[in-house]
Parts: sequence; C-alpha cells; structure tokens
Amino acid sequence: MRLWRNSQKVLKVSLMISNLDQHLDEAARAVGSVHDLDALRVLDGELLGKTSVVTEARRALGSLDPDQRRDAGRRLNEVRNELERLVSERRTALEVVARSATLEAERLDLTELDGNKRLGHRHVVTQTWERLEDVFVGMGYTVAEGPEIEDEWHNFGALNFPPGHPARDMYDTLYVDHGAPGSTLLRTHTSPVQIRVMEEGEPPFYSIMPGRVFRSDTADATHMPVFHQIEGLVVDQGITFGDLAGTLEAFTRAYFGHDFTSRLRPSYFPFTEPSAEFDIQRPDGTWLELGGCGMVHPSVLAAGGLDPEEWSGFAFGFGLDRLALMRHGIDDLRELFRNDLRFLGQF
Amino acid sequence: MKVLLSWLQEFAPLCGDPVEIGDQLSGLGLAVEEMTVVGGGLDGVVVARVVNLRPHPDADRIQLVDVDDGSGSALQICCGAFNMSVGDLVPLATLGTTMVNGMEIARRKMRGEWSNGMLCAASEIGLGEDEDGIMLLEGSMEPGTSLAEALELHPDVLYDLEVNPNRPDAMSVVGVARDLAARQGVKFTMPEPSGADMGDDVVSRMAVEVLDIDLCGRFVGRVVDGIQVGPSPRWLANRLTALGMRPINNVVDASNYVMLELGQPNHTYDLAAVEGAALRVRRALEGETIKTLDGVVRTLTTADGVIADGADTVIGIAGIMGGASTEVSDGTTSILLEMAWWDPMAIATSSRRLGLRSEASARFERGTDPEVAELAMRRFAELLVDSGATLAPGIIDVRGNLPDRPPVRVRIERVNALLGTRLTRDEVSGLLGPIGFVSQLAFDDSPSSDLEVTVPSFRPDSATEIDVVEEIARIHGYDRIIPTLPSSTITGALTPYQQDRRRVRDAMVGIGLDEVMPVPFLAPGDLESAGLPADGITVTNPLVAEESVMRASLRPGILKTLAYNASHRLQGLGLFEIGHVYRRPDVEQPLPDEREHLAVALGGRDAGEAVAVWSALADALDTRRYNLVADEPPGLHATRTARIEVADSPVGHVGEIDPSALAAYGITERVGWLEVDLETLLAIPHGERSYKRVSRYPSSDIDLAFEVEEGTPAGVVGTCLREAAGDLLADLSLFDVFRGPPVSEGRRSLAFTLRFQADDRTLTDAEVAEVRKICIDAVQSMLPATLRG
Repeated sequence: MRLWRNSQKVLKVSLMISNLDQHLDEAARAVGSVHDLDALRVLDGELLGKTSVVTEARRALGSLDPDQRRDAGRRLNEVRNELERLVSERRTALEVVARSATLEAERLDLTELDGNKRLGHRHVVTQTWERLEDVFVGMGYTVAEGPEIEDEWHNFGALNFPPGHPARDMYDTLYVDHGAPGSTLLRTHTSPVQIRVMEEGEPPFYSIMPGRVFRSDTADATHMPVFHQIEGLVVDQGITFGDLAGTLEAFTRAYFGHDFTSRLRPSYFPFTEPSAEFDIQRPDGTWLELGGCGMVHPSVLAAGGLDPEEWSGFAFGFGLDRLALMRHGIDDLRELFRNDLRFLGQF
Repeated sequence: MKVLLSWLQEFAPLCGDPVEIGDQLSGLGLAVEEMTVVGGGLDGVVVARVVNLRPHPDADRIQLVDVDDGSGSALQICCGAFNMSVGDLVPLATLGTTMVNGMEIARRKMRGEWSNGMLCAASEIGLGEDEDGIMLLEGSMEPGTSLAEALELHPDVLYDLEVNPNRPDAMSVVGVARDLAARQGVKFTMPEPSGADMGDDVVSRMAVEVLDIDLCGRFVGRVVDGIQVGPSPRWLANRLTALGMRPINNVVDASNYVMLELGQPNHTYDLAAVEGAALRVRRALEGETIKTLDGVVRTLTTADGVIADGADTVIGIAGIMGGASTEVSDGTTSILLEMAWWDPMAIATSSRRLGLRSEASARFERGTDPEVAELAMRRFAELLVDSGATLAPGIIDVRGNLPDRPPVRVRIERVNALLGTRLTRDEVSGLLGPIGFVSQLAFDDSPSSDLEVTVPSFRPDSATEIDVVEEIARIHGYDRIIPTLPSSTITGALTPYQQDRRRVRDAMVGIGLDEVMPVPFLAPGDLESAGLPADGITVTNPLVAEESVMRASLRPGILKTLAYNASHRLQGLGLFEIGHVYRRPDVEQPLPDEREHLAVALGGRDAGEAVAVWSALADALDTRRYNLVADEPPGLHATRTARIEVADSPVGHVGEIDPSALAAYGITERVGWLEVDLETLLAIPHGERSYKRVSRYPSSDIDLAFEVEEGTPAGVVGTCLREAAGDLLADLSLFDVFRGPPVSEGRRSLAFTLRFQADDRTLTDAEVAEVRKICIDAVQSMLPATLRG
C-alpha cells in the first residue's frame, strides 16, 4: 500500500515537473490580467502559497531518487523564483497606479486657496517711531515718555519761555479745562519731557522722547492739529556743541544711509543756546530742513534741577510723521490719520 | 525780511557771487527763503509813446497801436490790451528781444496785420503785478530810451530772509550787512548822513511829556521844515518796491526807507495839525477812540499806549499806527518826526489785542535799538534834502525806563568747553568786535582770563554769557566746529514697559489686526453715542467744535473708523489701537488722569473671537492667572461682556459693543471688543518663564460631562476641576457645549477632556479612577452640577 502510494507520488511529481512550463505560462497570463492589488494578493497565495502547485511539488520532491530530486528541485526553484518575480513586478506596477490614483483624487488648485490669511499691519507712524527708537537705542539712548496733557510750566516756563514771551506765539496752543484757566494744555512739543527726564532721574542722560503733540492748526496736506515728534536730550559732563554736530551726523547716516550727511545752521529756540537748524543732505545734493537743536539753555538745566556749571548738554527734535511720509512717498499728512484700510494695508 | 544786495553793499564792500553770499547769510542764521534776480531782463525793452489807436479790421479782441519808439516814425503794434490812451508812455519789447519767459519777439502777422514788437504788462518784464493791462509809465521819458535807464533799474539780487525772534537787529539792512561783513572780514560802516540844521529850534515848537516811563523808554522828536509832498526819487521808490512796500510820497517813503535801512520805525506828524504844540505819551483810557491812518475807528483800552496832543486827544497808537488827524498831506510844510523806543511786551500785547500788526509793531515788539534815533533822524532829513527839506535845530529827547545792559562776563574756558573749540581770548574778541560786541579784559592779562563784553544796544536779546557764546559760535561758523561723539557710559535700551508694548503690538499684528491711529479729539456727543459717560476733558479754545473733547476711551475713535471704512464698503475689519485716554481725576491733582490703553475691534465677529484675542494677548505677555467675570459696563453688550481680572485687579473688558452704540455710529455688523488698560496690565508681574520638566511617562485622558445651570460659567467649572485634580492634571479643555433634550430647559451640558500625567511614573488605572472621582465629587458638591451618564 505504501509502495503504491509512493509510486503514485513519483508519478504525480514527474507529471508536475513536466507540466511546470505550462504552469508558468498560465501563471504569467493570470498575473498579467490582475488589475488590483487585492486580486494580486489572492493570486499570490494561489501561485506561491501552501496549496500552490510549486509548494505541493516541493513537498513531493522527497519521493524522488536523489538524481531526479536534484534536477527536479533545481527546476522547481527556477519556476518558483520566476513566479515570485512575476508577482512582485506586477505588484510594483499596480502600486504605482494605485498611488497616482490616490494622489489624483487629492488634487488641489492652490490658487483657489491663496490669500486667505494675512498679518495685520503696524501703523506707518508706529513703524517710523520704532525704527527711530531702534537707531537711537543702538547709539546708546534710552526712551522716555511723558503726558500729552501738560502743565504750562513743563511746556513753556521750564523751557525758558517766560509768560508773555513772544516766542510762545510760535506755538498755537490748545488749552484744556483742568485746573486754573491757561494752566493746563495739550503739549505743543515733546520738549517738556526733557524737563521730566531731568526731574525724575539722575544725570547723565542719553534719552530720546518720541510722542504725540498738538497745535491749533487746520488740517491740510502738511499740517495736522495732532502730529508726532521725537526729541533727544543728552546731559553729561563736558558735552559740547561738537558732540551735538557729531551725534546728529551719526544719526543721519544710521537712519537715512551712509550717503546722507548733515549740517547745522544758527537758529533760535528759547530752550537751547546756541541753537541750530538741523538739515540733511540727500545723495543728490539737495538739502532738507529736518528739525531744531542746540545746547541745552542753562536756565533749562536749572529748571530740571541741575547745576549748569557742572552739567552741559544738547537737545534736538524733529517731526516724526514727515519721515514716514518721506519714506513711502506719501504726499498728504492727513492720510496718516484717516485710517482707511486701503491706505494702512499698504505698509 | 527782504534785502537787496546793492543796498547791503552800501555799508560794506561785500565780495562773492550772490549764491555764495546767500549761503553765508544762511550760515549766519539768516536763512535765505528765496533768492531772486531783479531788475534784469529788460534788454531790448524801450520807452514808446502811443501816437494812435485804431481798431483791428478783422478782430475785436486786439487793436492796432501806433507807437513812437524814438525813431520818429510810427510803428504798428497789435495789442490785446485797451487800457492806454494816445500820449501814454508804455514799455515796448523791440524785435529780437528775448523776454524773461524765453519768448523771442519777432515781426509777425496777427489776423493779417503786422505787429512790429510787443507792448508789455508789468509782470511780463518782472516789474510787479499787472493792474489792468499794459504798464503805463509815469514821469517824463524820451521815447526810445532803454526802459532800465528810464526807470533807473539795475540788475540786483533780492534775498528773502527768515529772521528769528531773537534778531531784531536783522530786521534792518544795516543789521544784515553788519553780520555779513563780520563773516567776510570786511569793514562795515554805518551811514553818515550829511546836512546842516536850519530854522527855528524844535524846543520852542513842540513839548513832549512821557507819562508812562515803562511804556516808553525813549522819545526823540525833531522838526523837518520845507516839506513839499511829491513823488520820491525813482531809485528810492524802486528799492521800496523791491522790498515789497508801495511808494506813496516822498515823506512816507523816506519814513519807510529809514525803517528798512536802520530798523528804527518812525512816525511823521503834520506839525500844524498837532493841537497845542504838545505831545503826551501815556496809556489809553478805557473806551477812548481814535481813527487810525487806515481810516478805521478803533476803541482803546488801558492795554494800549497812545500819543495824545496838547488837548489830550489821542492822535496815535504807540508803536503800532498813527492817527488820521495829524497825517501828512499835500499841504504839509513842516513835520514832527517821532522816533521812540517802546516796551516790546506792551506793543505785543496791544497789537495782539487790536488785531493790528504793522511793520513798525513787528519791530518794536522784538526790541529796537534805543540809540539809533539821532542818526536815523538825520538820515531821514538827508533823503528829503533834494526836495528842499531842512532839519530844524534842536532835539526833543525824553528818556523813560530802558532795560539795564550791564557788561557780560565771558570765560574763554567756558566758551571752549561748550563749543568744543580751542579759541584764544584774542580770537574770541576778534569774532565779537565786528558785530559790535566790545570786549575788555576782566582781570589780568593771562591768555585764559575772562572778557568783559559790552553788548551793543541793537542786540537786546544778548544779555548773558551763553548769549555771547552763541554769537561767538555763529560768527566763527557752526560748520567750522569739529563733530565729535560724547563718550557715554549709558547702555541704550527700551524700558520693560516699552518692550512689552512692542510685544502686544506684535501679537495683535500676528493675529491679523491692523493698527489704526484716529486723532484723540472727539466731537461733543461722541462719548454719549458710544454709551460712555460724557465727562471728557474739553479743549477751551478748539479750532472747531468737532475737535473740542479729549477722548476718555479709545472706543468712539475706533467706532468712527469702522463706520468710515464701512462707508467705503470695507467691513469685517479687525483693528487695534494703542493710545492715551484722558479722564478727570477723582482727586485733585496737577494733571488729568492719562493712561495708555489697548483697544481691539472685530467687525462682524462676536464676543468669542474677542476672548480669543485676549487669550492670545495673555499668552504673548505670559499673563497666566486671569478670570473673566460677567459684567455690564456702559456701552458694551450687556449679556456678552466680561471684566478681565488679572491677579484680582480689573484690567479691562472683553465682549461686544452694545448694539445701540453700534446703531448710533451707523455700524450694521456685530463688533467684538477688547479694551485693556495697558499700564495696569503691564504693572502686574508677568512674563515668568521658569523651566518645568516635560514628563517622559505616558498620559491618560478622561472625558467628564456635567449638566449645569445657564448661570454657572464654564470657567468656574474649569477652575473647580483644575483645583480638584491638582498636580496630576496636565491639560484641561472644554470640548463640547450642548443644549436641548435630554438636558432640561435652562441647563446645558459642558464636556471636558482632562489629561492626567505624573512626572515620575506611569499612572495606574486605579490612580486615574481615584482622581476622576475626586474631580466629579468636587464639581458636584461645590456647584449646582450633575455628572451626565
């Protein structure tokens, strides 16, 4: 019985070996006709799994005599490798197709989605303000601020404008209903902060004072009742007019660029002496009046509680809004305060 | 102040081209606002006489003018003006002339008629404004004479100078010349008028009494006889015209000329018209009136100084304008010339009160030279001498109170220490001398000793050492002071507040908000419209009522901004502003309450989005511990607003704008709102960023849903959970809010996810179950809340 069985097996194995070429052809056709990965997985099992022809044949090899076994085994390996190669290649091909189908299904038109998120914009005056702060902080200055509603003393008296002084006419002052009439006003310049800096701290001072100021002016392309200034104050031992000239020159190059230069021309302000106008020269050679400056007047140092024989200093100030206008080529000051988003969003 | 170069050159041999001289003027502090070449461009323009006027056969708007151009034969010109008559003298641009505007005059046909030149209007040849067409020349002139010669015009340079209030001396030609001469190192000489005195002594003809010696520091009077009122010599009239003054007659013109040249305003009285041959200088009485030279009757107060006559009738306002009753007229034969020094403050006050500014008042209120009067009087007489006028002998000179001008001690060491220069004593006195500051040695003769400087009478601004230092710097030249940098030991930095403010701004911009900057002025009613109390600080002298209230909140300004943009179809904007608000203080203090606020408006978005902005802000500042407490502040949405409390201090509100405020501003969308007092917020400790180890052990999440009453804030449930869970709680979030069945009416379900994690171990299921139970018990026992199944 056993012998029979064995001979039966031998017969079957011989038959299987001799049919392997045909099996391979059929398998190749079957693999070629599979179009999705799931079907390929099933076919993979049929061709190479536990019940596949090649596995069955391998299992039956043992019944062959050694010579036959060697030849048949080699042939069986070749077929098996070939089947694996067929299936693997087909799988790769199908995976490529499947991947591109998946990606195609996810296709987006990114231009449809552009522009939904934006950052906000800092106001163009703030941008100039911060840029100036950064330049001066880099030059070793601190930044001081003071109240916008000021008393008459800080705005005028301490700055060497005695009551009735004609220089007060240079400022169209707005007063408010606080305290005695005429005692409280909307500061006409940032200079009162100089006094506050001196009152509140100990020298030496190297400070800038940006801020909002007010004048009784009708709004037009170059005037606003509200605008911004930046003030500078240096008080130390041995400060000279040369230091003022050098500092403004250093600032000019740092802020406007290395091809800009500056000059000082004699002028008049009650709170500085000697006083000067501060002009900058553009690379094309033209001059622009930027602001006023000078050595801090001894009476102003005294008003700030300092001995003018011990301390000396300089101060300077100029309009901040105009720098913003210049930087962006804006030709109307009123635009800065109209707050039209179509304007604000440009900067 | 306008000056002509030729006029300046009468007092100093100035050199250099006009542009160079202009730069020197600016360098002296007399900024050149405009420089123009005048009196040129007249080559080829001649005097012509109109001999015939004929209509043009083919045109209505031009006529044919036959002129005599000196050649004797009539020359036909086509002309578009009709203001001349036969016999008139007119300027003719002859063929080949190039006009100032570049046009060349050629023979050409106009509608079939030849025009052999062009008759000129004044503006076409740079001689002023057009009155009504062609310029009509006055006086006798030979046709054919060059116009420049006939009018005695010479090419000249006109500088328009900006004179600072501290330089009254530069309100005169000699003052400007003195500075320029000092800069150039050339000699400056004051005019030296010639002429002998003749006639009856003034003392017998006029008495002057100064009753207010504070008002009038000096009153000088002289009489000029032999006056014949008529036109001025052409050269004098030309100079006045160039400086912007209209020639009137020889007397008025001489008066103006002296003022412009020497800076001494003066007044001429018709001597015969002065009642009682006496003048009294005093303050006006309340309600006194005078008809001034301009024909206006003015009512005076004690703030005004006056000159009254012998009958004590006011005949002039001191330093501002004379009266009509004593005005020099055609019949005047003798005049009284007044030159005074008036107190600058008195003139400024009076001129401001009267709303009357004159060339004289502008000079008096800056301070004139009290010592120039004698010279100026002789100069005046000299100008009239050709018309037969003579100066009477004697002088009335009454002195009141003049400012004391003691010499100024100037330390050379101090000069150099302030300017950064190394000037010697001799160099300093060499700089000061040419501008009239006379230096003497104060002590010994050592090179560093002090100087005693006598300030000239025409420089009232200069009274202290620092004033003289400025003069030294100015004449030395600012551009010759070597730029240096101070050697500072200070470190530059923003204050913590300023750094935080930038962080706030960066956060706002980062979440897409645009910064706005409305003006801080409001119109009356703006605060009320926004639902806010109407107690803003007000401007007492506003230019317009719309700018008369100072904002007490950033809200009205931002609402206006939203409405403005909406009117341009820009809605749904996210805006923020950082700015000052001003409030009346609760207690008496020197200044109003002024604080810096941050406000955020979210157009078309609700309170939830505003809360998100707040939490982003809190994150940016590391302000971790805060509470949102339901609140109903004025102007904000009553059921959608919370007060923000940080460390138990209220710092602001978050929510939405009250719909009625929106309606008042015409805003049709919802507006989410956040307003924070930045100064309070940033004063509370924040920004702590100490390291906390990140746990390396797994975490466990549980969800808990509670049914609570509508009145129980989710924030309170969250706080309760956080406190109950303790250190094991790594994260807590509210992930669902549900209303409706099966949750009963008036209640809602709040579902939280809690993540537990320990630093040192993996939590066991038992530990998680235990903390879960603690959480549930805490909420159920402390709040009217029940766990949902």
